[in-house]
Amino acid sequence: MVTNAPPKMCTRDVSVWYGEKKAVDAVSIDIPAEFVTAFIGPSGCGKSTFLRVLNRMNDTIPSARVEGCIELDGDDIYASRMDVVQLRARVGMVFQKPNPFPKSIYENVAYGPRIHGLAEGKVELDAIVEQSLRRAGLWDEVKDRLADSGTALSGGQQQRLCIARAIAVQPEVILMDEPCSALDPIATAKIEELIDELRGRYAIVIVTHSMQQAARVSQRTAFFHLGKMVEYGETSQIFTNPREVRTKDYITGRYG
Amino acid sequence: MPEHTVKAFDEDITRLRGLIAEMGGLAEVAIEEAMRALVTGDEDLAEAVVARDKRLDALEAEVDTMAIRIIALRAPMADDLREIIAALKIGGVVERIGDYAKNIAKRVGEIEDRKRFEPLTLIPAMAEVAAEMVHDVLTAFAARDPVLAREVIDKDEKVDAFYDSIFRNLVSYMVENPATISSAAQLLFVARNIERIGDHATNVAEMVHFAALGTLPPDR
Repeated sequence: MVTNAPPKMCTRDVSVWYGEKKAVDAVSIDIPAEFVTAFIGPSGCGKSTFLRVLNRMNDTIPSARVEGCIELDGDDIYASRMDVVQLRARVGMVFQKPNPFPKSIYENVAYGPRIHGLAEGKVELDAIVEQSLRRAGLWDEVKDRLADSGTALSGGQQQRLCIARAIAVQPEVILMDEPCSALDPIATAKIEELIDELRGRYAIVIVTHSMQQAARVSQRTAFFHLGKMVEYGETSQIFTNPREVRTKDYITGRYG
Repeated sequence: MPEHTVKAFDEDITRLRGLIAEMGGLAEVAIEEAMRALVTGDEDLAEAVVARDKRLDALEAEVDTMAIRIIALRAPMADDLREIIAALKIGGVVERIGDYAKNIAKRVGEIEDRKRFEPLTLIPAMAEVAAEMVHDVLTAFAARDPVLAREVIDKDEKVDAFYDSIFRNLVSYMVENPATISSAAQLLFVARNIERIGDHATNVAEMVHFAALGTLPPDR
């Protein structure tokens, strides 16, 4: 799985502080455009914090401070000229708990394209909504009730709606922070299948507590521990023959 | 190695390793007793070897069940996964080694005029090396010792050299005295079986190496 394509995102010596506490310590990692990258590690290891750095989600936390270099297609995303709203359209996010807007299914998906001016008129917007819901594997289930509230859907459907919402603004990267931890196994399987279908079209980064999930959906895996990135490699290598003892102890259930 | 957070996982793995060790012990004894029966012509002992092979078959089935259970229930990763896959394969190979010993024992009654065959001193010496390989490779598995596994692999040359020499020897008997052909052919099969045991021990050694380090040993 060697690739010559330049990484979609490139991070160098990224450290994050919450006040005095260093949550992420000098992490350098390249996010490939064509693969799913999984971040694993015990609670508090810094993996979610690091994920949130990738689209400046930490900006909303006053005590958070980020150091180091984070580039998207070679552009420093923490540069003052970077438009954060634009950045978050390019680097979308899906959260642990599905969080649809308390609006109709249609509006949930149409909202982003509308504020970003991606559609000219109703017909185009309808097309974007349909395509996004199709890619999220939800269209057939909701096409007859687009006016119903997004919050009336099941948990798994809500999460796929959130993915459709992220897709609708044509992102280049999708960050997923434990997208299945609030879902049952069938809804989880649907999301995992969806992630596999979206792979290649978007660079996907997923934080998960389920090592089985990381093994199932990703091609690259990074193991975080105590704020540091301990090991990063091909998923099959990490799970069959990790190089670092700490990685091995974690994935075999001897630590954590 | 530190223990698993889930203690029952360690118990499962210990049990699996115990089964493999038991199989190895039985296979080793089967080779030694088959040899003794062959040299002395003790057909009762030969029958006992044949009968005891059932125990090896049952243990192999138990190893399979246990390994599948662990994979299904514990979802092992990394060295745990490699070890369980290795145990699964080693169980099958040791069972085969037992079959070769059984096959040797079955030929005991077919050998006539034992005293005239010089290979009857060479074959036990060959079998001793092969049995030693089986013993050492299971020690290597128990100790997760890739260095000892490599030593086992190197020893296979000795077994092969024995085989070549015994082969030539037996062929010359057959050429010189056609009356020996039947017994000599039986002994040829015996030597062949021991040679296969050496190869199987080598395969196990490769798996031990893989379980310990995640790579197959480099070719000699």
